[in-house]
Amino acid sequence: MNLETILVLIPLLPLVGAVVSGLGRNLVGRKGAHWITILAVAVSFGLSFWLLYLQIYEGLATQDISVYTWMVVEGVTFEIGFLVDHLTSLMMCVVTFVSLMVHIYTIGYMADDPGYQRFFSYINLFTFAMLMLVMANNFMQLFFGWEAVGLVSYLLIGFWFKRETAIFANLKAFLVNRVGDFGFLLGIAAVLVTFNSLDYATVFAAAPEVAGDTISIVGGAEWNILTVICICLFIGAMGKSAQAPLHVWLPDSMEGPTPISALIHAATMVTAGIFMVARMSPLFEHSDAALSFVMLIGAFTALAMGAIGIVQNDIKRVVAYSTLSQLGYMTVALGVSAYSAAIFHLMTHAFFKALLFLGAGSVIIALHHQQDMRFMGGLRSYLPVTWLTAWAGTLALVGFPLFSGFYSKDAIIEAVHLSERFGSDLAYYAVEAGVFITALYSFRLLYLVFHGPERFEVVHGVDPHAHLPDGQLAHEPHEPPAVVTVPLVLLAIPSVLIGYFTIEPVLFGGWLSDAIVVAPDNDVVAELGQAFHGPLAMALHALQTPPFWLMLGGFALATVIWLLRPSIAAVIAQRAGFLYRWLGHKYYFDEFNQKVFANGAVKLGQSLWQRADAGFIDGWLVNGSAKLVQAVAARVRRWQTGLLYDYAFSMIIGLIAILGVWVVLL
Amino acid sequence: MIFGIDIQLALFYLFSAVMLGAALAVISARNPVYSALFLVLTFFSAASLWILLQVEFLGIVLVVVYVGAVMVLFLFVVMMLDINLDPLKEGFTRYLPVGIGVAIVMAGELLLVLWARDRLGPDRFPAPPLRDADYSNTRAVGEWMYTQFLLPFEVAGIILLVAIVAAIALTQRRRSDARVQVPARQVRVKREERVRLVKMKSEMPAKGEKG
Amino acid sequence: MLTLGHYLTLGAILLCISVAGIFLNRKNVLILLMCIELSLLAVNMNFVAFSRFLDNLDGQVFVFFILTVAAAEAAIGLAILVVLFRNRRTINVAELDELKG
Repeated sequence: MNLETILVLIPLLPLVGAVVSGLGRNLVGRKGAHWITILAVAVSFGLSFWLLYLQIYEGLATQDISVYTWMVVEGVTFEIGFLVDHLTSLMMCVVTFVSLMVHIYTIGYMADDPGYQRFFSYINLFTFAMLMLVMANNFMQLFFGWEAVGLVSYLLIGFWFKRETAIFANLKAFLVNRVGDFGFLLGIAAVLVTFNSLDYATVFAAAPEVAGDTISIVGGAEWNILTVICICLFIGAMGKSAQAPLHVWLPDSMEGPTPISALIHAATMVTAGIFMVARMSPLFEHSDAALSFVMLIGAFTALAMGAIGIVQNDIKRVVAYSTLSQLGYMTVALGVSAYSAAIFHLMTHAFFKALLFLGAGSVIIALHHQQDMRFMGGLRSYLPVTWLTAWAGTLALVGFPLFSGFYSKDAIIEAVHLSERFGSDLAYYAVEAGVFITALYSFRLLYLVFHGPERFEVVHGVDPHAHLPDGQLAHEPHEPPAVVTVPLVLLAIPSVLIGYFTIEPVLFGGWLSDAIVVAPDNDVVAELGQAFHGPLAMALHALQTPPFWLMLGGFALATVIWLLRPSIAAVIAQRAGFLYRWLGHKYYFDEFNQKVFANGAVKLGQSLWQRADAGFIDGWLVNGSAKLVQAVAARVRRWQTGLLYDYAFSMIIGLIAILGVWVVLL
Repeated sequence: MIFGIDIQLALFYLFSAVMLGAALAVISARNPVYSALFLVLTFFSAASLWILLQVEFLGIVLVVVYVGAVMVLFLFVVMMLDINLDPLKEGFTRYLPVGIGVAIVMAGELLLVLWARDRLGPDRFPAPPLRDADYSNTRAVGEWMYTQFLLPFEVAGIILLVAIVAAIALTQRRRSDARVQVPARQVRVKREERVRLVKMKSEMPAKGEKG
Repeated sequence: MLTLGHYLTLGAILLCISVAGIFLNRKNVLILLMCIELSLLAVNMNFVAFSRFLDNLDGQVFVFFILTVAAAEAAIGLAILVVLFRNRRTINVAELDELKG
């Protein structure tokens, strides 16, 4: 098997799995569906890992392979091709590994669901789309993957399509992503116009030449063309990676089944924007303005979205807001040109956030689809594995030294600290405060779910599948089956360890230097690397830096409020009513969107319908012209008497008139 | 010139007067029969005027075709149809002023166009010389028509043919009470339509009846 | 001396008479047809005069064609008239308003 075949097989196997398990769902049955899809993803993961192995130990060079040329129009080639460098293979491994874990987990989570095969088909399809996105070597394929993951996300958020809230949520996700994708498409169009090519290599090679060129978009103002391209592309990333203000769809997407929340809305798809910006680093590096924009958006998202997580009661929504916040961290890292730090955090985050989501899913199964943390508590003794892995994931998330999240997040914070980009001071304070807030909501979640008093009661003697009111369970919660717990453990291992072992090669060893271009002036990661003396030293050094103490502060505060003195929470909620309401309403983003955009669109549509369509087009143009013809005809038809002599008379009058003209002219 | 009078001019005025008078009579006669007869007179006068111009062939044709054929057709129709004339005359007096007004305005305009700036004076259109004694107008027109205008001439013949066919097709009607033979049906007929073989039992003599 | 103007004037007057006839006999199709014949005669008069004064035989050939068409028109017109009368029992134009809008 040559390399090209392997590269084709990696995305194609999940596609085949999706088609077989989706279209032939009655043929293969439930067991067949999960075996086929898991096998497909497992092989994909194995091949991806093998590629990574080849790159690390055999020195496999960057592969830029064109598989199929779709068309050539005026010198622009549209093709399907794979660009496999270190960045790609890293992403491929993350995607396929998390996907594999989620596939296995799904067997347990969706065991009773009638749409079992459909679900497997979708997540396999998602894996295909995500791999196409990651492996693309041109903008068209990137866009294909981009839209395809969006489609699967849409399908999966609305997986339980009989729930009205799910349908609302997937429509919302779809519409918000359209806004971002519009920007993305404009960015790609601008790339095509500027470089007359969609191929990454060509575009990146030509980027330094057009740097400084300007374009006039509206009026006479001249814009730096690369700034325009980068901001347009980043708007796409804002939609896909849920950066404020296009973040509103992600919390609602929790309406979908938990496995896809872990796979799509935490670990992989939402990081597509981060990946894309890192991939476009040769373009972004030429535009300080665009990078500043990226950084400020990321900083705002990191701080503001984390804060919402403190007041949420739905376990999945807390994790969702945590995801938003962490995506903000990655975006900040992109904004300060620390692309490798962003990718590093993307990787660690993929593991521990998938772990947290799956852990939340495990709790949800144990409590019979109860998601409200007000009816949990004290689950530690019932769900020991989930409890332990959730602690591991949480420590990674808050950045406790030696855990994976610590390395990636600390690198980002330090990179922002070192950066001299416009607004980086602001971003620094935002990410520092974000650490405190992350600790606050993370430990709150742990305490509310696993510790403290049990806020549910077991009602005996009822049908175990009956729908009981909140806070009542038919039997005691117990640990879900091995298909659920094994992925938790398997994800917990990298969540804890991967940072320690990979920080040196990924961040400072130039592992990603074949994909990411950083201008020497902006290279904060290299600056960091000079002070780096091994992961252990970094962990020890961190004990003297503000993030560690902020994290401990958050931990202490959370412990006091939600574990030791639960009554304080209510007092605070009452005292800080305004702040509480503000956070509870998520800064009124949804209300604003609903009032301004949704209602505005409805009103605009209504006025267009009533005034423009019914009034002007129908009333004036269509019916109006008909009425005009009718009115004119009603008068003119009287002239048509049908009497011969009237016609003769008109002819003679006409003749006399023409003769009159002759008389006058001659 | 006889008695100081230009004979040609005198004849022209004579025939013109007759023609215009006859034309006026055509439009004002009470009975269509009289109108048709006055029309005949109009055409005769016109033919005379043409012959005065030495356009003999057309003059004769006008008499033969119009007077001989078309006018006879008119008379034929007028007399054949049992027309109630009274309603047709309605409004004659009412429209008389309008008709005369229109006619005078039109005549004024036409004459203005004709006579303005001496456009048609003898210096621009001198009187044509008289034809030689052996000149044949019929021959000249015939040669011209059968050479230069052969195709239009043939087309004119077809137009006349079409007119004949159309006139016949329009006026012919099938009478429902007429008994006609249809040879096609006679030829197409089948045996079954003519002969019907009926099988029946031979009749037995009734009782008491000798066979 | 006889000039072109004489004939053209004659034709013009004849045309006016026929137009007046169309006005006056607006109810009677027969007379209308005759008036049309009159106006055609007026036209023919002009053709013949021009042909003679310009010494060009084309005009006479044209008159010939006009006579042809006029004869055809008269034949068809009268045929229509006969059919009309047969169906409607009248030739009163005032009653023929089937084409009224």
